[in-house]
Amino acid sequence: MNKDILICGVGGQGTVLASGIIAASALAEGHIVHSAETIGMAQRGGPVTSHVRIGADAYSPLIPFGKADLILGFEPSEVVRNLRYLSKDGLAIVNTAAVKPVTASLSGSGYDGTEMTEYLSKHTRCILTDGDKECEKLGSAKFLNILLLGIAAGSGVLGLQKDTLVSVIEKRVPAKFLEANMQAFLNGFTIGQTKGE
Amino acid sequence: MKEYVMGNGAIALGALKAGVNIACGYPGTPSSEIIESLAKHPHEGLHLEWSVNEKAALEVAAAAAYSGARALVTMKQVGLNVASDPLMSLAYVGVEGGMVIVSADDPGPISSQTEQDTRRFADFARIPVFDPASPEEAFEMIQDAFDYSEKYKTPVIFRPTTRVDHGYASVEASDAYVPKAYDGFTKDAGRFVIFPRLSYKNHGLMEERNVRIGEDFSSYKFNTVEGAASEKAVLAGGISYMYAKEFLKDHPEVKLIRVATAYPLPESFLLKALEGVSEVLCIEELSPYLEEQLLKLAGKHHLPVTVLGKLTSHVPAMGENSADSVAAILRNYLNLPADAETNDASDLPELPMRPPVLCAGCPHRASFYAVKKAMAGEKTYYCGDIGCYTLGNSMPLDMVDTCLCMGAGVTMAQGFSHIDGEGKAFAFIGDSTFFASGITGVVNAVFNEADITICILDNSTTAMTGHQPHPGTGINLMGHDAGKISITRILEGIGLQKVVTVDPLDLEKAIATVKECAAIKGVKAIIFKSPCIAIEKSKKKCTITESCINCKKCIRETGCPALTLADGKVVIDTLLCTGCGLCKQVCPVKAIGGDEG
Repeated sequence: MNKDILICGVGGQGTVLASGIIAASALAEGHIVHSAETIGMAQRGGPVTSHVRIGADAYSPLIPFGKADLILGFEPSEVVRNLRYLSKDGLAIVNTAAVKPVTASLSGSGYDGTEMTEYLSKHTRCILTDGDKECEKLGSAKFLNILLLGIAAGSGVLGLQKDTLVSVIEKRVPAKFLEANMQAFLNGFTIGQTKGE
Repeated sequence: MKEYVMGNGAIALGALKAGVNIACGYPGTPSSEIIESLAKHPHEGLHLEWSVNEKAALEVAAAAAYSGARALVTMKQVGLNVASDPLMSLAYVGVEGGMVIVSADDPGPISSQTEQDTRRFADFARIPVFDPASPEEAFEMIQDAFDYSEKYKTPVIFRPTTRVDHGYASVEASDAYVPKAYDGFTKDAGRFVIFPRLSYKNHGLMEERNVRIGEDFSSYKFNTVEGAASEKAVLAGGISYMYAKEFLKDHPEVKLIRVATAYPLPESFLLKALEGVSEVLCIEELSPYLEEQLLKLAGKHHLPVTVLGKLTSHVPAMGENSADSVAAILRNYLNLPADAETNDASDLPELPMRPPVLCAGCPHRASFYAVKKAMAGEKTYYCGDIGCYTLGNSMPLDMVDTCLCMGAGVTMAQGFSHIDGEGKAFAFIGDSTFFASGITGVVNAVFNEADITICILDNSTTAMTGHQPHPGTGINLMGHDAGKISITRILEGIGLQKVVTVDPLDLEKAIATVKECAAIKGVKAIIFKSPCIAIEKSKKKCTITESCINCKKCIRETGCPALTLADGKVVIDTLLCTGCGLCKQVCPVKAIGGDEG
């Protein structure tokens, strides 16, 4: 199996945990994995990406443009920013809830992600989900990353077993949040199954 | 057993496998995780430390290497500038045990002041340099680096770049590591005391030895030739080699030459690799180092080869390479059509800018705001420094007029005070940077009678690079409590006019303190003390009450990312808010409440 997965969002949204879980699950299923993270100054509210490359065909940690099978998008404008990575028949899973940068609040610009979401639904194969609303059901926006991971798993695009992902999540998330994270994963899984058809 | 680790983790595991006895470093992106990874494997016979700066790290390690131990030093590329004084001399003296200096380069630059190239430093210092292209290679290559260092009794440089440091891959890990057994230091003044006569003699020996190392490197396993014998060839080093390899896997008719040891140049290897080649494109990041070496080689041997690269504008002079930029460069070079697989990105909607900002609740925001308010209307010079607080430059704070290098804020403020007696000069420096390179600057200020106010932004950690401990935090990497070194007592010992500590989140008091200090002639210091929000997690939240008149002053004055607009109304993002209360104190109608824990 060869799979290229790009995870993108804004620093602080929990993209690193999501990429770590995907990479660990692929390793557990015996695949060769390479990945890369944004670390440093950009983490502070800037755009962040994680590249996860599964399979023996990948030499470099960065996915070339047009090769990603999946963009797991934590923020709509960040998906648009990284759209060039998506392959022609690739899937974008998008949290439609926008993260407004300080610059937008200062200038009073009306950025709220709507334009991004409209563009995406016109130009790409995508699963759109309002992460804020889904997380409200779970009681905290902290579970966004596992929710989106669940959607990816449910859509089947990851090529990884549900059980493998679940057992990795069990190891990676703090015990006191495990139950809520599992619920987030399962809610996401159902969304992915339904909308991924 | 295999372990999936970051490239910096792979470097650490490789060093452990090589029997490293001592590892010292100073944090700096992208190098910081090497020492942190080593710290996960504490064992008898391994000394680990976050040194106070890179110069100290290199000198501590040098003595260990004189004693026959294996020593590792880690830093980022600009850290090597700080360590360059001992490095240049150490190159002449040499070592007994293997000594590897990891200097991580940052093409882009992503988190640095410069796009300098450590390979040039190796050439300048006349010591070998290893250039890994992946985490897997880094794991093996750092072990080779220790062996070569010991074989030729010279320190060697190991130069990963960001994508190698922060890429993840599986490498072989072990449960137990055996540090090298070493004989200890043998006194030999003729060898270890650098004098002009010794330098003269050793300079000759170094140059003669480097020719031999170049020959040795000609058979080094990571200097490789792939693909068919072609007239048009590609030469690459570092991560760019991986990008080229990935593209050329569909074009095996093109010869790909990889140089992993940029200095001393493996001349015999290259002469053989270039047989039958009429044109070679050099793909590398930062400086055109290999390209220039190739031009020299071609000149020296009258090779009938055209050398292309950065100097001929075939490769960009600056910035980071990527799989795509290298693919485009290669398509152009090989006259291949553009890739039709890429999504059309011509009519994208306008994307919001996301410059990095101080975190919501960051105490630095409050410190800058207090100085700004206290000095409103006055002529000021705000000299910044290296750390999270460089972000104090962004709007609406706009409180950084200069930023040059580690420790420069304290000294540059002095320059302004001497050249302009009217303006008020301020230096902003973090606690870790103060210990790294701020103290000597303060001594300079007192001795030379500057008139400055030094603002120590003390958040009790080295935040920007991932929260490493420092002398002010007490616990060192060996897990021992060495006692917190007091910044206040250091400053008092130097003899400042006034040293005062204030909580930046108490805005009124902080403003009054700044006014008071700025009015006094001489060298004064204000320690703004409040912990980094990532270390002391707060459960407090601020809330907007119904009396909000929506004037947006809180947003306009603080720029806190937790304050946003929803349907034109100011709202607080409860996930980001730490309840620091700065906005509460800024609000003209007291419409912000909350912060109960």
